[in-house]
Amino acid sequence: MVGLTHASPTLEVTLAPKRRARRFSPGHEAWRRFLRHRLAAVSAVILLLLALAILIGPFIWRVPINDIDFTARLSGPSWQHPFGTDDLGQDLLARMLYGGRISLAVGFAAMSVGLVAGTIIGSIAGMSRGVVDAALMWFTDMFLSLPQLPLLLLLIYLFRDSLKSLLGPQGGIFILIVLVIGGFRWMTVARLVRAQFLSLREKEFVEAARALGASNLRLVVRHILPNALGPVIVAGTIDVAAAIIAESTLSFLGLGFPPDTPTWGRLLYDAKDYLDIAPHWALFAGGAIFLAVIAINFIGDGLRDAFDPRKVM
Amino acid sequence: MGNYLLRRLVIALPSLLAISVIIFVLLALAPGDPFSELATNSNVPPAVAEALRQKFGLDDPVPIRYLHWLVAMLHGDWGFSFASRIDVSRLVLQRVPTTLYVIGSSQLLALAVALPVGVYAAMRPYSMFDQVANTIAFIGFSLPTFFTGLLFILVFSVNLHWLPFVYRTDIHATGWHLYWENFKQAIMPVAVLGLFQGASYTRYVRSAVLDVIRLEYVTTARAKGLDERKVIIKHVVRNALIPVVTLVALRMPTVFGGAIVTEQIFRVPGIGSLLIDAILANDTPVIMAVTFVFACLVILFNLLADIIYGWLDPRITYA
Repeated sequence: MVGLTHASPTLEVTLAPKRRARRFSPGHEAWRRFLRHRLAAVSAVILLLLALAILIGPFIWRVPINDIDFTARLSGPSWQHPFGTDDLGQDLLARMLYGGRISLAVGFAAMSVGLVAGTIIGSIAGMSRGVVDAALMWFTDMFLSLPQLPLLLLLIYLFRDSLKSLLGPQGGIFILIVLVIGGFRWMTVARLVRAQFLSLREKEFVEAARALGASNLRLVVRHILPNALGPVIVAGTIDVAAAIIAESTLSFLGLGFPPDTPTWGRLLYDAKDYLDIAPHWALFAGGAIFLAVIAINFIGDGLRDAFDPRKVM
Repeated sequence: MGNYLLRRLVIALPSLLAISVIIFVLLALAPGDPFSELATNSNVPPAVAEALRQKFGLDDPVPIRYLHWLVAMLHGDWGFSFASRIDVSRLVLQRVPTTLYVIGSSQLLALAVALPVGVYAAMRPYSMFDQVANTIAFIGFSLPTFFTGLLFILVFSVNLHWLPFVYRTDIHATGWHLYWENFKQAIMPVAVLGLFQGASYTRYVRSAVLDVIRLEYVTTARAKGLDERKVIIKHVVRNALIPVVTLVALRMPTVFGGAIVTEQIFRVPGIGSLLIDAILANDTPVIMAVTFVFACLVILFNLLADIIYGWLDPRITYA
């Protein structure tokens, strides 16, 4: 192993200078840098409000999502229906609050799937040398060059019906979409984790932990992974936005959730035939997707600044 | 040059094979097969159904079926479309040029926007122009293509009546009028896709130029008394483009995904809308073929990126 011989020089370095006027913990420091990115801070508030609206909204706005009222068909925003109604006279605000839960849930769940898969694959590649590393990286690169949307569509086309009969129409589609979207979003994370591992595994603190007899698993989980998390969190944040777009795209193409599940993409799909008479329908649904995605993207940008001090000027 | 190309092709072949395996295994794993309807149809005796299954080799092990399928694909026998009643290869080849036309023009538009804006923003980092461009770029790639497409239709077709929102191949016109109509109906799909890509390319170009512009050889070029324009175009941009080409190549799968959406919104008769139609019609042979063609196109564009890469960076030799 590299560096096993020099044990003493590292000792002196650990004596930290004592003259420090104000001490910030690393977390506090990152938080401060995040807040300095003003758009990111604003976006965090917007996303929080959006999440609150989706979580609490249905308890306050108690209009049922499938209450059909043909007298109020395709009407624009009014006091009775703040976001207007659709072609069956169903209240759009209620539908969007309900659909937002699913859209955001898919985004976060798919991100978690991608993050976990990417971290595992990246860690294995980063810790092992030679054939395993090369094979895993070839696998990652191949996934990066796959045409994702066609394969997403293919997978959903092939497995939709069997999962539907297994887990019910909504649950089955939810799991399928989350797995499939997450399954195409782990590659960046895997590459980032591997790159971090390659440098971290040679560091002295890892060497020290190994000298103390730590197992490989403990080295990875307790020592290397926590230090590699910064870029992974940034990538994960941006993946949430990408997953929300992916789910909306599928729903927009009519191949996502079933018609009675009003995700934002599905609302947009239904609205596109009424653009000329009821533009509010498409604008509210698309606006919600846009707002969520841009807020998450800005937060990701702010987190990048927060975790990577060199990039900030 | 020929040698280099050949080597890149040899590297690309395993990926293509792997993709074909993935597609085939997916199909094999999926529940149900083309003959499942025969089993439930009471007019077909079980013996006939069994004979048909044997004739088409549906009970063979998966690897052997894969080999049969691969050989057939290589021979250009891509199957028969259930829905359109013509050969899949003819159907797909009819539609590939439209897709390539839309994607190609949108990439040109994206680069035409991203290069000047990105370079100019990087020349004046943190200036007003830079910040405005950065924010607009952020908005640009946070707006999903399906939403911009609808917005464009709402503004330019429904409200202003400037552009048609359905792409037509049966325009009854000749000469310049035909070209004009064709140009007009391509504006919105190309713009939707191009601006979406352009937004992210702008950020790539800006950060790549920022990395290069502070290097010492640029100072040297300026110290020699070279014109600033010449310094930027010949010295800075050429080197900054190298990472940009890589990133553009990496985004190719996203570009094709966006093409599917735009084709679907504007009813452009390309392979993207063909894929959606085939999925909605359960037309399995077409779905397989189009997915595979998409994979081939992605790899083709990666190959193209490699060639441009070699041209931009003389350290990469073709030999």
